[in-house]
Amino acid sequence: MKALRIISRNIRDSFKSVFRNFSLSLASISCITITLIVVSISIILSYNVNNFAENVEKDVTIVVFLDTNITPEEKDDVEDLIKKIEGVDTYTYQSKGEIAKEMMESSDVFNNIMSSWDDEASPLQSTFQVKVKNIEQIGDVAKKIKKLDHVGTVKYGEGMVEQLVSVFEIVKKVSIGIVIALIVVTAFLIANTIKITIFSRKREIEIMRLVGASNINIKIPFMVEGLILGILGAIIPIIITTYGYSALYNNFDGQLFSPFIKLLKPEPFIFYVSLVLLVIGILVGMFGSWRAVKKYLKI
Amino acid sequence: MDLIQIRGVKKTYKNGVTALYDLNLDIKKGDFVFVIGSTGCGKSTLIKMLYREEKPDKGSIVIGGKNVVKLRNNKVYKLRRQIGVVFQDFKLLPKLTVYENVAFALEIFGLPKNEIYSKVIKVLDLVGLKNKAKHYPTQLSGGEQQRVAIARAIVNGPKLLICDEPTGNLDENTSMEIMNVLEEINKLGTTIIMVTHDREIVDKLKKRTILLDSGRILKDYEKGTYKHEGIKNN
Repeated sequence: MKALRIISRNIRDSFKSVFRNFSLSLASISCITITLIVVSISIILSYNVNNFAENVEKDVTIVVFLDTNITPEEKDDVEDLIKKIEGVDTYTYQSKGEIAKEMMESSDVFNNIMSSWDDEASPLQSTFQVKVKNIEQIGDVAKKIKKLDHVGTVKYGEGMVEQLVSVFEIVKKVSIGIVIALIVVTAFLIANTIKITIFSRKREIEIMRLVGASNINIKIPFMVEGLILGILGAIIPIIITTYGYSALYNNFDGQLFSPFIKLLKPEPFIFYVSLVLLVIGILVGMFGSWRAVKKYLKI
Repeated sequence: MDLIQIRGVKKTYKNGVTALYDLNLDIKKGDFVFVIGSTGCGKSTLIKMLYREEKPDKGSIVIGGKNVVKLRNNKVYKLRRQIGVVFQDFKLLPKLTVYENVAFALEIFGLPKNEIYSKVIKVLDLVGLKNKAKHYPTQLSGGEQQRVAIARAIVNGPKLLICDEPTGNLDENTSMEIMNVLEEINKLGTTIIMVTHDREIVDKLKKRTILLDSGRILKDYEKGTYKHEGIKNN
């Protein structure tokens, strides 16, 4: 009962003092708001870049050309072996008949030439299109397939793919690094702002100590206050994220400049980002208050 | 019985200034003691050590059977709950009402609301401010503000009340009002130690008076024997 009363008093008083010291609270809140907006933008950017990278990686395939005169049994053997190779995600088979049909449909010139071919005479090669689970393994997988019997050429855009992979790896790491750095900077920035606001309440802390409040007793209301400031500071960034990103997505029809660069769907993405912003706001607010009060509790 | 026993206390500040040399002092339970002396004689250091705002370098300070020198920092609040402190500058929170300022000292214990109410009203009645409970400190005179501070200091029934020049900011008549309130509290059984510069008050009240000079007790006048030779730099 006693503990409950102390806790409820702390929460009530924290709310009161947020509004009693409103101009100071506003300083902390706007500091949290501005930095959280920047954090939000960088999270959205980095996730979209990552999403774009993943999409590109998913599109990369290994094309396996089989020997021209391969029998259906031999083709099945090759298929079984490809299936067993580690790192292979999915694959599709296109027989030379299907390829010819596709080509003939695409142009009249091809149609004229190729209509006289039967399966035996066709110079085309049947293919497997193999997708890998992890783009970094593409080279190894291609090498393994190349060694199989009845396999002719294996192509996957050598050189280009490796470059793309390494560029995307760097982009991913840098963008995660920027987000983390921003969060840390935000934490200290807000901690300092709160420190200044608490400095003006030195007297309050002094009196609390004089009348016999234990250190925890003093810290808790200030930390609850930090929590409230964090929540209040996160409101505007969350609104901007939610409505701003949805509007951006709709405005660009979900793609940037070309269909090649697809934006992440707003839902559920914006909810995750909002949750992250709220959590950062709360943690940073509490951390800031805790650090600021600690300074005045030394004897 | 002695409430406070001070033995061999020495305090030197970091800047090399020695505030107290080998101080010995006993204060009985229920006493009213004045501590006087010129500026820089160590009186502030002495009372700060009683509520453990300062720690002596040597010696022991036993209050109610416990040596507060050995008290750990995170346990200091337990001592503070048994001691009320009143300052020259009142130290009230301007954004809280008189009632809230006094209740502040009880709320941290997690007392139920109705208990807080009855205690606060009782103590405001004692200092004569029951009808101003809803006022803010800025709406009160200096004497009234000091009475609020006294109410806050005694609301949880401390054994010891420490007053650091409580009348320093007040005129003569108001000072006497405050002294009447303090005497009233003393009669109810609270031991009071009061640091003051006010010669007239010390003359008039004729309590035990300790004269400090450059960190040493120069004279310890028994109750009623003080003659105002002690206070010079006033």
